[in-house]
Amino acid sequence: MGYMTFIEHDGTRHKVEIEADKSLMQHAADNMVPGIDADCGGECACGTCHVIVDEAWYAKTGKINSSEQQMLEMTPEGAPTSRLACQIEITDALDGLVVRLPEFQM
Amino acid sequence: MSNSTSNSAQNQVCVIVGASHAAAQLATSLRQKGWAGAIRMISDEGRLPYQRPPLSKAFLAGETDADSLAIRPPAFYAKHQIECISGKVTAINRREKTLTLADGSEQRYDKLALCTGTRVIRLPIQGKELAGVHDLRSLADVQGIRRDLPRTHRAVIIGGGYIGLETAASLRKQGIEVVVLERAERVLQRVTAPEVSAFYQRIHEEAGVVIHTDIAATAFEGEERVERVVCADGTSYPADMVIVGIGVTPNSELAEAAGLETNNGIVVDEYCQTQDRDIVAAGDCANQWDPHSGQWRRLESVPNAMEQAKTAAATLCGERSAQTSLPWFWSDQYDLKLQIAGLSQGYDQIVIRGTTDSGRSFATFYFRERQLIAADCVNRPSEFMLAKKLLSQKQTPDPTRLADDTITVRELMAEMAD
Repeated sequence: MGYMTFIEHDGTRHKVEIEADKSLMQHAADNMVPGIDADCGGECACGTCHVIVDEAWYAKTGKINSSEQQMLEMTPEGAPTSRLACQIEITDALDGLVVRLPEFQM
Repeated sequence: MSNSTSNSAQNQVCVIVGASHAAAQLATSLRQKGWAGAIRMISDEGRLPYQRPPLSKAFLAGETDADSLAIRPPAFYAKHQIECISGKVTAINRREKTLTLADGSEQRYDKLALCTGTRVIRLPIQGKELAGVHDLRSLADVQGIRRDLPRTHRAVIIGGGYIGLETAASLRKQGIEVVVLERAERVLQRVTAPEVSAFYQRIHEEAGVVIHTDIAATAFEGEERVERVVCADGTSYPADMVIVGIGVTPNSELAEAAGLETNNGIVVDEYCQTQDRDIVAAGDCANQWDPHSGQWRRLESVPNAMEQAKTAAATLCGERSAQTSLPWFWSDQYDLKLQIAGLSQGYDQIVIRGTTDSGRSFATFYFRERQLIAADCVNRPSEFMLAKKLLSQKQTPDPTRLADDTITVRELMAEMAD
């Protein structure tokens, strides 16, 4: 079983066990990572699960659809490796994944 | 965040009545804020909290199963010592700080959170007890609908609000003939502008849904199962299934019987507190004072339930942090994602980016006294994010610039920042 890490804006790290077939957003919510509350339940509707993926992992997080892209473009703390956590499906290939959380969600 | 030791002694008990979105978030937020005492969540559905929005969408369309609706997995509650009790609370005894349950048992509380939600309004008409007539609020309701789907060729939906229209879309996807009967003169009348109503009517008609407005059902007829819906104007519509989605009413009787103020829901202040300092309420059941707009608000919305739950949890932990979040909503029908920011009621001007007469993408911005108050965005996530930002910062863009769809949202945003 693998692990992944969320890093809060203040540097607090949350190492959580990977469960396949769950989204990154669900991993955050199920492990009480502060700042990601899954407001819309993963429908790509609210834009409140913004994460900044570690550059080394970005390419492995899958494709961005146009809806996610448009919401990310409007996110104030957007970065080149920004994603919405609800749109990333976790697989064993993401064992070791590191993502950072912005200071604020929209 | 967890400086709340005075309220979180280990022998303190917080009981949450209800087990839906607000309850699940409230329990989670209590633990995040360091509540060290017991947390007991009492559900009269006998289930762990589950996502309701997919019930009229992916779950009804058969695209997802009941297990995947869970808001948190079962192990989550055990790990964080959130006890889930099955039962129906029949009384709050504020003096003794206990609850009475239907089976006669009692639960003591130090802090109480009322997340009792709403229940559907039933049409007071003949034939409502026939097989094949369904409400759509709970998982059990939709499981019942799904069981009836194989024998259903023609469905009549009573009510052209979001639930009715989402249901229409989900049934059409499965090849069922759908008629929607709406009592008002247009669909979505209570919540949106005529232009947006006309857009949704067009989209549904293009998908083969038959919509009748200004019409009142007066009886459901059939032998054992429903066979037709009869209306006040004498028309009748054959149906193997009827789904009634005409709105909900808050479950506030428990609070009222306990002497708490109720008025279109359980009355709470901006901290989600009732008149009793040990009792909070959150979610669809709560009618909250909003000091910014100077209005009472009872919203039927998951995001609102989540935000109120966080506020209520903070209050129970001894923090004073008023709720200031912007209301927002979403609705999925066919390939259309509607995202709504703010509350449009009382608008006196609208501006539309794009067109509602053709195509499947536009954004409607609502103004009152020249101030932006809300936006309905259909397949326009950029506009939705722009609206959220402008409304949160109480900014109002130039309506003429906003209406010009050749100016990008990025450019509009840049202009606002200048």
